[in-house]
Amino acid sequence: MTEAQSLHGATALERTRPPGLLYNLFVRNISAKLAASPMVAIVLVVFIGCTLWTIWFSFTDSRALPNGAFVGFDQYERLFATRRWRISATNLLTYGIFSLVFTMVVGFVLAVLMDQRIRFEDGFRTIFLYPFALSGIVTGLVWQWIMNPTLGLQSTMRGLGWTNFTFDWITNTDMVLYALLIAGLWHGTGFVMVLMLAGLRSVDGEIWKAARVDGIPTWRTYLQIVLPMMRGVIVTTLVIVGSGIVRTYDLVVALTNGGPGLSSEVPAKYVINYMFSAGNLGQALSASTVMLLTVFVLLIPWVIVEFGPKKHT
Amino acid sequence: MTTNAEASGPRPRSFFTPTRIVIYGIIIVAALYYLLPLYVMITTSLKGLPEIRIGNIFAPPLEVTFEPWVKAWTSACTGLTCNGLAPGFWNSVKITLPSTIVSVFIAAVSGYSLVNWRFKGSEFFFTVLLLGSFIPYQVMLYPLVMITAQMKIFGTLWAVILIHTIFGMPILTLLFRNYFASLPQELFKAARVDGAGFWRIFFQIMVPMSLPIFAVAIILQVTGIWNDFLFGVVFAGTQNYPMTVQLNNIVNSVQGVREYNVNMAATILTAAVPLIVYFVSGKWFVRGIAAGAVKG
Repeated sequence: MTEAQSLHGATALERTRPPGLLYNLFVRNISAKLAASPMVAIVLVVFIGCTLWTIWFSFTDSRALPNGAFVGFDQYERLFATRRWRISATNLLTYGIFSLVFTMVVGFVLAVLMDQRIRFEDGFRTIFLYPFALSGIVTGLVWQWIMNPTLGLQSTMRGLGWTNFTFDWITNTDMVLYALLIAGLWHGTGFVMVLMLAGLRSVDGEIWKAARVDGIPTWRTYLQIVLPMMRGVIVTTLVIVGSGIVRTYDLVVALTNGGPGLSSEVPAKYVINYMFSAGNLGQALSASTVMLLTVFVLLIPWVIVEFGPKKHT
Repeated sequence: MTTNAEASGPRPRSFFTPTRIVIYGIIIVAALYYLLPLYVMITTSLKGLPEIRIGNIFAPPLEVTFEPWVKAWTSACTGLTCNGLAPGFWNSVKITLPSTIVSVFIAAVSGYSLVNWRFKGSEFFFTVLLLGSFIPYQVMLYPLVMITAQMKIFGTLWAVILIHTIFGMPILTLLFRNYFASLPQELFKAARVDGAGFWRIFFQIMVPMSLPIFAVAIILQVTGIWNDFLFGVVFAGTQNYPMTVQLNNIVNSVQGVREYNVNMAATILTAAVPLIVYFVSGKWFVRGIAAGAVKG
């Protein structure tokens, strides 16, 4: 009771004397401010501070330590003149486009199939999603074994009588990216399926009744009515999957470690190698800044949907 | 938006129409593709090396042996040492437990203050946090190495815990913020009128009402942190390498005979914790991963 009374007393006091700026900034709700301070510190120091630091030092010629002189865009010129980076970037582009398109299409198709009131829906969903609970390392190592040319799928099929069966993508410079794709799709499609299924289930049931009354075939209803209505979910999924692809690192480390040769190198691996092994910080930091720019470009559609003019969806 | 709502697709007229056979056919084939690696992992890990060299990865083991499992756990070689995966397992436990507790607690408190104790600029910080979750880790990695080195914790468990707390913040704060915002605000106001302060409302009202979302956050963090490779390899220091790093070192070390059965046993052992969490938690895991993408 006394506690409540003192609180009312305090508010009465506040009302008579308007608190100053300093009071508002530091004293009012002091425990709330203290509690939010880790978040504020993380945002200011890490997400803003560290990012700006990296961008700034990508314009220096730092080698093993961040103490180089300002050299303008030299690091970026050197970056795009480096064969390994050009291979990494092209690989990411090829892998990224295939991965994004296939993950989205397969995820959506699976979600539509799962939406047909099938039996054992929970069981199938559990099966499609479990790879997503595994790490990139585990995913990479399992597929490395399955795609092993001497003892894996290739030798199994040859042993079963298909003596010309060839599946050596993992050791084939031209095909290794598609080997990566198989593993990546296995890992990620379940996630897209779950999001798409949630999107499908959020569509008003009345739409289905109306479409059926009008005699529109099911597949057209999905493609022309339901899909556009899921715009929000689709854009969000695209951005999450896309920024995940740009980050691709441990899957490559486990599956191929960039090989054979440089044929499956990716930018994330380039950064880590130049940062911690090659001792060329300037290169590492400019490469990571390019990665950052790529993600920002991917983010634009999401920002438009999320913060842009609100349209009824 | 919930993931377990009623199916919204057209109602099927009867079973065993051609369309339904095709649908089930595709789903079952897809399910086999997803299950295949798990099957291959398990069967390979139970075979002896001579049986593996026959070269049929789909064949079930003729003679079941648990030796690869024992070897993977106790004596597989990770480049330098031959102590198996056990030390990595315990390192991962030592990393995952405190990281999960610290990150979930800080995110819960942040979400709570974002909803109920708004301060000037709180929405700005939250927006930057959300955008920050898309920044590639590589961009912030080196400055964080310098910061942790300045704090004299680089190469220790503390550094990894700090890093996991930082990078768990965006998704977890979003999770808690959305959940707290969905609770009736009258409860909070009534508690305020009764004179309860920040922490009392948090611990006596908010936490007891949000146990499901705490479970979701813990599931998300345990699987995420257990599966991490990059932060473990950069920040933990050689002595504290988590299980994923040691697994990769065991399988991809170039010296000696490649023991595929031991490799697969080691892979299953590393996958076991997230798999168990996933199979036990079921829909809660789904809720966790959907929460980040679908506005709740």
